[in-house]
Amino acid sequence: MTLDQLEKGRICRVTGFVSGREDLVIKLREIGFAESDEVELMHRGPLGANPLCFRLNRTLIALRSDEARAIQVDAPE
Amino acid sequence: MSRLRIALVGAPNSGKSTLFNGLTGGRAKVANYSGVTVETRTGSLRTPGGTEIDLIDLPGIYGLKARSTDERIAIDLLCNGRDGEAAPDGMLVLIDAAHLRTHLHTVLQMRAIGRPMIVVLNMIDLAERDGLKIDIERLQTELGVPVVTARATRATGRADLLACLDAETASWHERSTAAENTVCTTDTDLSALQREAREIANKAILFEPVMNRLTRQVDNFVLHPVAGPIILSALLFFMFQAVYSWSGPFMDALEAGAAGLGQLAGYVLPAGWFHDLIVDGIIAGVGSVVVFLPQIVILFLFILALEASGYMARAAVLMDELMLRVGLNGRAFIPLLSSFACAIPGMMSARTIDNERDRLTTIMVAPLMTCSARLPVYTLIIGAFIPPDAVGPFNLQGIVMFGLYLTGVVSAVTVAFVLKRTVTKGTNQVLIMELPTYKLPNPRDFFLSLWGHVSAFLKRAGTIILTTSIILWFLASYPSSAATLRDSYAGQIGSILEKLLAPIGFNLEIAIALVPGMAAREVAVGALGTVYAIQGGEENVEGLASALQGAWSLPTALAFLAWYVFAPQCFATLATARRETNSWAWTGFMFSYLMVLAYVAAGATFHIATWLGL
Repeated sequence: MTLDQLEKGRICRVTGFVSGREDLVIKLREIGFAESDEVELMHRGPLGANPLCFRLNRTLIALRSDEARAIQVDAPE
Repeated sequence: MSRLRIALVGAPNSGKSTLFNGLTGGRAKVANYSGVTVETRTGSLRTPGGTEIDLIDLPGIYGLKARSTDERIAIDLLCNGRDGEAAPDGMLVLIDAAHLRTHLHTVLQMRAIGRPMIVVLNMIDLAERDGLKIDIERLQTELGVPVVTARATRATGRADLLACLDAETASWHERSTAAENTVCTTDTDLSALQREAREIANKAILFEPVMNRLTRQVDNFVLHPVAGPIILSALLFFMFQAVYSWSGPFMDALEAGAAGLGQLAGYVLPAGWFHDLIVDGIIAGVGSVVVFLPQIVILFLFILALEASGYMARAAVLMDELMLRVGLNGRAFIPLLSSFACAIPGMMSARTIDNERDRLTTIMVAPLMTCSARLPVYTLIIGAFIPPDAVGPFNLQGIVMFGLYLTGVVSAVTVAFVLKRTVTKGTNQVLIMELPTYKLPNPRDFFLSLWGHVSAFLKRAGTIILTTSIILWFLASYPSSAATLRDSYAGQIGSILEKLLAPIGFNLEIAIALVPGMAAREVAVGALGTVYAIQGGEENVEGLASALQGAWSLPTALAFLAWYVFAPQCFATLATARRETNSWAWTGFMFSYLMVLAYVAAGATFHIATWLGL
C-alpha cells in the first residue's frame, strides 16, 4: 500500500518509492524518508483532509496525500 | 597566515543562525521554522587558541540537489563559490541531535564534497531531555570526522566546539589548497547514502524515545481538524485587538509628552521661523509618528512569539488547503504572515518556495498584507473618526482595524487567484515541510530581535520622517507672502495632484501628504502632522486627531483608509520587488495594479459612504 492510505494512529515502515516521479522522490528522500523508516499518521488537516502530518522516526513532516502516494509502505502492525 | 573561511551547513532549522550569532556576536534573524535564513552572511571570530575565522551562515539544505533560490545560494557557495566569493576552506555541519536518524544522511552528503568538516550535534540538551542517548565516540568513528555536541544558545554550550576548532583547523589551510580543484558532485546516490546513514544511526543511537511529548500533546489541539483553524483565527483576531487596546494608555502618555514638548518649545523659543520649524515641523511631524511606538512593540511581540515557538509552520499547514484553492501552497503562508511585520523580509522569505511562478505570485501579493508601517495611519484615522463603542466583548475601533487587515488578506488571496489563472499559470507544487518541535523562545534572542524592529522604527522616525518633516515644513510655510496653504510651494505642487484625487474625496492636505508618503507609509502621518500644525497655528493644541476631525468628512476618512489598504506607498518595497524578481516589468506591474486598486477602492468607499449619508 502507499502512505496516503495509512489510518491515524497506525504505524508502518517505508518499503520503497513509486517509479516515474523522480523529482518528488528526491525531495522526499532529502527531507529524510528512507526504506525501513518508521512512519505514523499523526494529524489530518482542517476538516479531516489535506495536508497530512506524519511522524517519520522522531521528526514531524507535513505532506499532501498526493505526495504521500509516492511512498510505499508495508501493512501497519 | 590568512583567515580561515568556514561555512555553517546543515538542514533547515538546525540552529545555524543561532550558532552564528553566538560565535560572532551577530544579529542574524533566528526563529523556530525552516527557511528563516535566505541569504549568506559572514561574521568573524577568534577562537581561544587564536585562530582567526570568517564564519559564513548559509540557508538550510537537506542535500545537494538545489531547487529553490535559497538552496541554490547555499549549494553554489559550498561547491564552487558564488558571486566572486570563493568556496569555503571547511565546514561546520550542524544537525539537530533530536532528529539524528532522519537527518544523518545530510551529513554524509556534505562529507562527499570532500572538504574538511566538523559535525556539530546541536540542541543536545533538548534531545537528552527527551531521553535520546547517543554514543558520540561511536558516531565519530563511524563517520570518520570529528563530532562535537553543542548548545548554540549558551556560551558554555559552544566551548567544546571552539576547542575542537582549535584542535582541527590547524591543518585546514593546507588541505583546502588541495581541495581547491575538487568539483562538487551532486550525483551522489541518495538511497545508498541513506542506507549508510541508517546503519550508522543504528550503531550510534543507544536509546531513542518515540517523539517529543509536549509537541505531540500541543499538536493534538493546534492541528486538530476542527479546533486548529478556530485557534488560528482566534489567535490572529486577539493579536489585532491587543495591538489596538493594550497600546492605548502608552500612546496617550507619549501623545501628552509630545504635546508638552511642543508647548515647552513654544514658550522657550522666541517667535520666528526657528520656533515654527521646531514646533510645527519637527515636533508635530516626528512626534505624530513616534506616538505609535507601543503598537509596533505589541505587534512584533506577537509575531516574534509565533515565529520563535514553532507555531508558524503549523499555521502554514492549517492554511495549506485554502492556499491550494487559490493556487499557492501552505509554504507561501509564511512569507505572507511575515509581511504583517514588513513586506520586505516577507518577499525575501519567498525564496524558500521552489516553484518560480508561485514565488513570483507570492512576491506580487505580499504588499497587500497589512505591514506595521500602516498601523500609525490606521490608528490615527480610526481614533479620530470611529467611536470606541462596545460591540459585544469587542471594541468597534478594534473591529474596524481587524476589518482593514482582513480586506488586505482577502485582496491578496483574490489577486493571487487571478494571477495564478492568468500570467503565472503552472503546475501546482508539492508540499513537503518539516514541523519543528515546540520550544520556549530564548529570551536574549527574543528581545534582541524585538529591539532590532523597534530601533528600525525609531531610526526611520529620526531620519526619513525628520528630513521630510523639515522639507515639508519649508515648502508649506514659504514663500512668506503665502497667506494660505494653497499659496505655499507645497500647496502649488499639491494642487496638481488634488485634481486627480478630488474625485475620490481627497483634499489638498492629503494630496500634499501623499507625496512624501511615497518614501514610507507612516511618513504620511508625520506629513499630515506638519501640514495641519502650520494651518492650525496657535489654536491647534489638541493634536492631529482633533485637527483631522475638524477638517475631514467621514467619507474622506474612510476613503483614506481604503487607499492605504492598497497603495504601494513605499520605495523600499518596490526596490526589493525589483531585486527579488530581477525584472522592471514585474515591479512596474506591482506598482500599477496596487495604484489602480487603491484609487478604485478609495473612490468607491468615498461615494458609497457619501450616498449612505455618513
